[in-house]
Amino acid sequence: MSLLQPKTLKPMSTSEAVAYAVKQTNVDVIAAYPITPQTIIVERLSEYVNNGELDAEYVAVESEHSAMSACVAASLTGARVFTSTASQGLALMHEVLYIASSLRCPIVMAIANRALSAPINIHCDHSDVMGSRDAGWVHIFVENGQQAYDRIFQAFRLAEDEDILLPVGVNIDGFFLSHAVEGIATISDNEAAMFLPPRRTKYYVDSSMPMTFGAFALPDWYFEIKEQVASAIEKVPKKLAEVEKTYYQMTGRMYGHVGAYKTEDAEVGLVCAGSAAATAKFAISRLREKGIKAGLLSIRLFRPFPVESILPHVKGMKALVVMDRAMSPGAPSAPIGQDIKTMLYDAGINIPVANFVYGLGGRDISAAEFESIILKMVEDLRSGRPIERGVRYWGLRS
Amino acid sequence: MLVGEVKSIKELYGLDLIAPGHRACAGCGALVAVRQILMASKKPLIVVNATSCLEVTSTPYPQTMWKVPWVHLLFENAATAASGIEAALKALSRKYGRQEHYIIAFGGDGGTFDIGIQALSGALERGHRFLYVCYDNEAYMNTGIQRSGATPLGAATTTSPVGSKIVGKVQNKKDLLEIVAAHRIPYAATASPSHWKDLTNKVRKAQSYDGPSFIHVIAPCNRGWYFDPSYTIKVARLAVETRYWPLYEVENGRYRITHSVPSPKPLEEFLKVQRRLSHMLLPENAEVLERLKAYVDERWERLQKLSACFT
Repeated sequence: MSLLQPKTLKPMSTSEAVAYAVKQTNVDVIAAYPITPQTIIVERLSEYVNNGELDAEYVAVESEHSAMSACVAASLTGARVFTSTASQGLALMHEVLYIASSLRCPIVMAIANRALSAPINIHCDHSDVMGSRDAGWVHIFVENGQQAYDRIFQAFRLAEDEDILLPVGVNIDGFFLSHAVEGIATISDNEAAMFLPPRRTKYYVDSSMPMTFGAFALPDWYFEIKEQVASAIEKVPKKLAEVEKTYYQMTGRMYGHVGAYKTEDAEVGLVCAGSAAATAKFAISRLREKGIKAGLLSIRLFRPFPVESILPHVKGMKALVVMDRAMSPGAPSAPIGQDIKTMLYDAGINIPVANFVYGLGGRDISAAEFESIILKMVEDLRSGRPIERGVRYWGLRS
Repeated sequence: MLVGEVKSIKELYGLDLIAPGHRACAGCGALVAVRQILMASKKPLIVVNATSCLEVTSTPYPQTMWKVPWVHLLFENAATAASGIEAALKALSRKYGRQEHYIIAFGGDGGTFDIGIQALSGALERGHRFLYVCYDNEAYMNTGIQRSGATPLGAATTTSPVGSKIVGKVQNKKDLLEIVAAHRIPYAATASPSHWKDLTNKVRKAQSYDGPSFIHVIAPCNRGWYFDPSYTIKVARLAVETRYWPLYEVENGRYRITHSVPSPKPLEEFLKVQRRLSHMLLPENAEVLERLKAYVDERWERLQKLSACFT
């Protein structure tokens, strides 16, 4: 089927597309707190609820800490639960994020990625999600509104699978994506209901089978319980592939764990995540016109890190450039750089990796900048100059 | 007369919802109060618990004391967790016919007065139907007797010790029930496990309202108050009889003292049986004692006047 049928495209901002998808999932509970740039998502959902278009309870909590707390408790009853946040909101939720994964709550949360204070800044970077990447959540990055819309359905189906039962974060670059309007191909309510029937779960809070949720575990049991989160998240790549296949059969759209572009014969690979992937893709196509063998790897599934999906693409490459939109001060690499280097080491691949932190606090990056970064790498490789190790900061004022 | 009023203790026999063998200290006032509250509660019931002694001693994995569904998330979010469960069951019952439940959230004084007060305020303002019970042992007992906003003036705790310069806690206890009542919820009351009939009927009354309700129950802690474990109920009763712990309710904004204390015992009776407070009877601490007495007297007078307004 054709993916570009103008009649079926609805102009929507990514935030509106997310809200529309959440409405179509027939979600039971939304608990959220306003924070820029996510607020449009929950404003639309409030409208759906108050206009009777969505039969759900909207819990207007008094903080993000309470947003995630209410979501966890609601999810334990067997309800389908959604929330959305960004930046400080995600940071304020931090301790509750671990409860969500350890109590195996399949909550879906849209994160309109935004910088962390101080200084206060409302614009895009990935510091928020990177700060919570060890909390046991599945994290997906999207590159545009269409992916955001589609991933909401996939996220619920993945999260609520009884083999997984983990919360899923759908990461949407703040403003760059959250406020960008594009034509969105939507599915019908019937299709949504077929793809995502009401949640069924084995264990839930109900007097018909009184159970204790959130018990106190000492050194004799704590470790085993936490390890179960790790073994569940390991199952995600395979399960998400299945979910995507089913979704593809309905829509013709499929994204995979990694977005690869012109990697087959690439000598230099560029790795990034989020909206920058589209800019990078444009840069790659321009470089290809100049005969430069560059390729793109966009990290779409970030947690678990899709090693098996990335490795085949990098096997023939001579060097990688990893672009991180977040810092990890004092660490030998920035967050995605750490994952990539670990992956390469484990696979016995010893190629140079240049790791750049870019675009903090919403600073834009252009295709020309991506081009120059890759060209520098190509020149260094040709001249045999050693590649600078460690983290570099791209685009700082001089 | 209240529908379903408890008239005899025999009515509560066999209604125990907590199993024996929990790990609370001998003579734990919190457990006595919780047991009474659960016996009186309407069913079906879901219990939510803040991180606290109650949570730690009742659920050493893989064991549990609770015969009802029980949820614990964190220290400061019991009221929010109750909100989430209430909202979810409302939606699921409307959409799929799921059974609705009564919900009781338990928090200690630290989890309620201090770290959880924002979550509590939010939940009360939103009007969820649930009963929040603050069991008040007047310090952070779970972490080893540190002062909280509920610790009374002069009390010795591990972070408000009796020193050579500063004697115990410098501030008065926060008046939590007034804060709760200011949310204009249908029902808020104080209670004591020493007055079981008053307590159990307050639970019934609280649960008769389609909205948030609140019970503030004194929970003497022999480990932190330093008294003989067999005296828990005696200490709780002394708190009531000295007017230290007035038993009253605020029902739809109407104040009523539910247990009048026309001739109170001297406050010293309550202080002298607990080592956390008995130093206040020393001559050098007379001024602190006077301040505490003034606090207790003013509070009682105010409650009497408020009660009189509505009779």
